[in-house]
Amino acid sequence: MDLKDLYRDIIVDHNRHPRNFREMPDADRHADGYNPLCGDKLTVYVKLDGDRISDVSFQGSGCAISVASASLLTESIKGRTVPEAEKLFQSMHELLTRDDSTVDVTSLGKLGALSGVREFPARVKCASLCWHTLDAALHQQQEPVKTE
Amino acid sequence: MSAAPHSALAPQSVQAPLDVAVIRRDFPILARTVRGKPLTYLDNAASSQRPQVVIDAISRYYETTHANVHRGVHTLSQQATDLFEGAREKVRRFLNARSTREIIFVRGTTEAVNLVAQSYARPRLGPGDEILISWLEHHANIVPWQMVCEQTGATLKVIPISQAGEVDFDAFERLLSPRTRLLALAHVSNALGTIVPVERFIRAAKARGIPVLLDGAQAVPHLKVDLQALDCDFYGFSGHKMCGPTGIGVLYGREALLREMPPWQGGGDMILAVSFTKTIYNDLPYKFEAGTPDIAGVIGLGAAIDYLGSLGLDRIAAAEHDLLAYATQELSAIPGLRFIGTARDKAAVASFTVDGIHPHDLGTILDHEGVAIRTGHHCAMPVMDFYGVPATARASFAFYNTRDEIDRLVAALQVAREMLG
Repeated sequence: MDLKDLYRDIIVDHNRHPRNFREMPDADRHADGYNPLCGDKLTVYVKLDGDRISDVSFQGSGCAISVASASLLTESIKGRTVPEAEKLFQSMHELLTRDDSTVDVTSLGKLGALSGVREFPARVKCASLCWHTLDAALHQQQEPVKTE
Repeated sequence: MSAAPHSALAPQSVQAPLDVAVIRRDFPILARTVRGKPLTYLDNAASSQRPQVVIDAISRYYETTHANVHRGVHTLSQQATDLFEGAREKVRRFLNARSTREIIFVRGTTEAVNLVAQSYARPRLGPGDEILISWLEHHANIVPWQMVCEQTGATLKVIPISQAGEVDFDAFERLLSPRTRLLALAHVSNALGTIVPVERFIRAAKARGIPVLLDGAQAVPHLKVDLQALDCDFYGFSGHKMCGPTGIGVLYGREALLREMPPWQGGGDMILAVSFTKTIYNDLPYKFEAGTPDIAGVIGLGAAIDYLGSLGLDRIAAAEHDLLAYATQELSAIPGLRFIGTARDKAAVASFTVDGIHPHDLGTILDHEGVAIRTGHHCAMPVMDFYGVPATARASFAFYNTRDEIDRLVAALQVAREMLG
């Protein structure tokens, strides 16, 4: 297991230059996520055009894995429908948590770069926080998401 | 030249500094590797490692002497009781308490604080009363008091700290009021390493008749604690941070106060006589030790005290001070590294952040180099909020660490900078 499997170039890049990293005052949905173990905190904002996610952004602070994961999330779901985003959430969840995952990594595009996280169990929550937070935003959940 | 002794327990000159190469052989875990690299264990403030003599004391007890204590007339029970009570006397001597009646075995510092909160504070406090703590406290010296405040209507007041991480004495004096009922202070901060000049605080509190509890979890392993000289009323600490077992700790309480306090938990061992109409409680310290205690833990703690005593707390403190000075110097050379907590008087804790790299990433990358440090909020979230950081990286040193290990820490931090900086 090599550190480079975790900190791939694309992850390092998205950590240094997170995409869609901004507040969205006119968001239709938003939710807060919190990882008490490492103190990662983020807010995910979503703008909807009917069933379609017309815009998505995030703000907050966290480790390289959580920031890169959130950045990649925004890139990958912008323009998709809500059911498509939820399906992607299921795939990411399986990819991150299950050793016997049958998810085709190549079908995930850049998100596949997070597949190495599974080998670092202590860091899985960092990568999945933004996805749980997105899920909460889409379902208009009131309570902040916690990974503990 | 004669061969080095096999154990640090072998006689060494009191004046001579500790021979760390000899000492390291006492700790079997230090020989292991992590991810193919030699283990560099710098997470001692979270929990220290154990020397073979402590592990052996526990094994030997189970292999040869185990029975329940304070109960049987048979030989094993008597021998187990002798070992158990012998360890209580070791604790008394170690801390220079007046009497073993003042030494109560608990699970750890957390339970010690909770016992005082529930048995001392709760029955006495009411609306308008105040408990004073500092901004440095570990959650274990915050939450039990918040619970008591909720239960009684009392108010929790917090003494501010300076940018260096020192408790503000002037602010403390201003916060003292006729309604202050208890002062609860860390002796040494776990998150920053600040050694609090508790003597001053205790004097000022006692002058106003305010009892004082000290959280000694980080102090007892690293500096000589003399309870009669300190003159505090309660003192709690944990075995596992001082080379002893997990799950065992001590509450020291001033006998006059302990006598007045009701038992915290009921059960066996804490009674003299039980009927369905009336129960007569046992004497101190047993009144506060309901149920079969952690006998092996207590015996292990006694062995840890013997071990630390054989090295000498003064020499331990000197060795750790040297490690801290070297670490501070070497870490200062890393661009973008900022120390969190720069008190003049510090235990061997280096808490820091590195620009552009989250502490959690530092933790993972360092682990890959075999270097174990703590990353996170260190159960002291208010301290993190004070410095405006979500978390820090914390390297904490023990007398068995070496300058080479600090060099490995620094090299691993350079790897992290190259990777993510």
